[in-house]
Amino acid sequence: MGSITLDHVNKAFGDVQVIPDISLDIKDGEFVVFVGPSGCGKSTLLRLIAGLEDTTGGTIKLDGADMTNAPPAKRGLAMVFQSYALYPHMSVRDNIAFPLKMANTPKDVIAQKVDYAARTLNLNDYLDRRPRALSGGQRQRVAIGRAIVREPKAFLFDEPLSNLDAALRVNMRLEITELHQQLKTTMIYVTHDQVEAMTMADRIVVLNAGKVEQFGTPLELYRKPANRFVAGFIGSPKMNFIDGQDAARYDAHSIGVRPEHFQLSRESGTFTGKVAVAEQLGADTFLHVNVERLGLITVRTGGDETFENGETVHLTPDPQRIYRFSADGTALSHGQA
Amino acid sequence: MATRQTRALARTMMAPAVVLLLLWMIVPLGMTIYFSFQNYNLLNPAMQSFAGWFNYEFFVTDPAFVQSMVNTLLLVGGVLAITVIGGTLIALLLDQPMFGQGIVRILVISPFFVMPPVAALIWKNMLMHPGYGIFAHIARFFGISPIDWFAQVPLFAVILIVAWQWLPFATLILLTAMQSLSEEQLEASEMDGANAFNRFFYIILPHLARAITVVVLIQTIFLLAIFAEILVTTNGGPGYNSTNLTFLVYRTALLNYDIGGGSAGGVIAVILANIVAIFLMRAVGKNLDT
Repeated sequence: MGSITLDHVNKAFGDVQVIPDISLDIKDGEFVVFVGPSGCGKSTLLRLIAGLEDTTGGTIKLDGADMTNAPPAKRGLAMVFQSYALYPHMSVRDNIAFPLKMANTPKDVIAQKVDYAARTLNLNDYLDRRPRALSGGQRQRVAIGRAIVREPKAFLFDEPLSNLDAALRVNMRLEITELHQQLKTTMIYVTHDQVEAMTMADRIVVLNAGKVEQFGTPLELYRKPANRFVAGFIGSPKMNFIDGQDAARYDAHSIGVRPEHFQLSRESGTFTGKVAVAEQLGADTFLHVNVERLGLITVRTGGDETFENGETVHLTPDPQRIYRFSADGTALSHGQA
Repeated sequence: MATRQTRALARTMMAPAVVLLLLWMIVPLGMTIYFSFQNYNLLNPAMQSFAGWFNYEFFVTDPAFVQSMVNTLLLVGGVLAITVIGGTLIALLLDQPMFGQGIVRILVISPFFVMPPVAALIWKNMLMHPGYGIFAHIARFFGISPIDWFAQVPLFAVILIVAWQWLPFATLILLTAMQSLSEEQLEASEMDGANAFNRFFYIILPHLARAITVVVLIQTIFLLAIFAEILVTTNGGPGYNSTNLTFLVYRTALLNYDIGGGSAGGVIAVILANIVAIFLMRAVGKNLDT
């Protein structure tokens, strides 16, 4: 069991209000990702849940029990840190066994659980090595192993993949997702990478300046962003925003169109512009089109067509997929031309 | 990285310094060894002659020799124990966030700036004097008869003084080592359910191993040669109770004017220092690897 409830939690460091007021309800077994730009308070929020920081106000409940002032060890959560935080003077085996040893678990049970964790994470060949003799990905696995032997109510991940190279990151992403399906334990995962958020999460919390901008499934966020911030943050390449008279035509302060929702034509369209840069990725081509009045607009198109720099193209937004925003950035009902 | 040319240049540039250092070391050592095989007494300098191993025999069979060896080791061991344990505890305290941290740290370090004879005199007259010392006053306040430190427990008194002087050094090194421990490691251990006691023994202490090794090695070198504190306070006495090897060499060479015997003692002291160094490197040196 591992449901986590935050009720009007706030946190201030001195005069600086990092988290003004957050209420969240995380269900048992859910994989929730906190995503947001750096400095948005997502790590602080995780540390509040872990008990590594004290809340300034509000309550944190785990499985319905008030844990707001409980020390980290009493909360029954396990955390994987960005730097892995392995104990350098202990072997991999001792690292994984450490939480059990602290809990005075009998030796044979420890051996059994460490063995199980090592098999789950493919660490059997490295059990007697020191952390410094391991690669980044292996260290990451040891850190996860140390977390799973405790059989915690929930796992907390603090940007665990940011120190790994791109290929390994994709691998570990899969491994963590698989681990979640296998263990079915609640996981909270902090990242600034919206791709990680989209691919791994059951539900995503988008944070900005300490506020929850939106809490929903990945596709909800993609299809129905609550406001301009979420619309711009989720999706890659970023959504194009158009202000002024062109937006007014759609009865909005500003409109947003995703790069994949433009129709590209060489003959005619709503907007006309010149190709500034064409990024060819093989499967896709990203065109950065310089449109008069609007500036640079990113368009995604198939990889088969080729475009010259400076070529004139015409863009037509898909009328069903135009996002309209009011002056304060909240989304208006969308999909109408 | 270094090409053959830069290496050659580096050697040429370093040569004068290396040669100077070598002379600096080899000339006094050579002369000490030379004199240790001579009958050479300043009371009768004209009577200089080859002595063979006599000086060594004389020094080693001196009734004070064994005691001074034991005293040397007790002094080194005692001061090391107090400074390493005390230094770790003080460093733990100083590592806590508190008001006036900078000033407190300077205060803690300040004993290191006081030169040894001055420090020893302050302890002798202000703190440990059986008549008007502060310790005596405290003892009398509680109705206990004051201890005459330098008569009753001379070696322990010297150990206390020297430990007071070296405590800041140990504290400083251990504090910087403690500050280099990553916060995340401590937090991880906290999440893993380690209480303060376990965090100290399983995380902080192993992290300090290398710094403790450095403290032990550096202090040992200096503690084997403790002299001023003994000269100013007990003068090696009563009897030979607080005489260490250095002081015995001084006594032989400069109080008895026996340069030959003193030199032999010096050579023995060098050998003892090397034995201790080898022993220490074996015991704790592995902490310095990587």
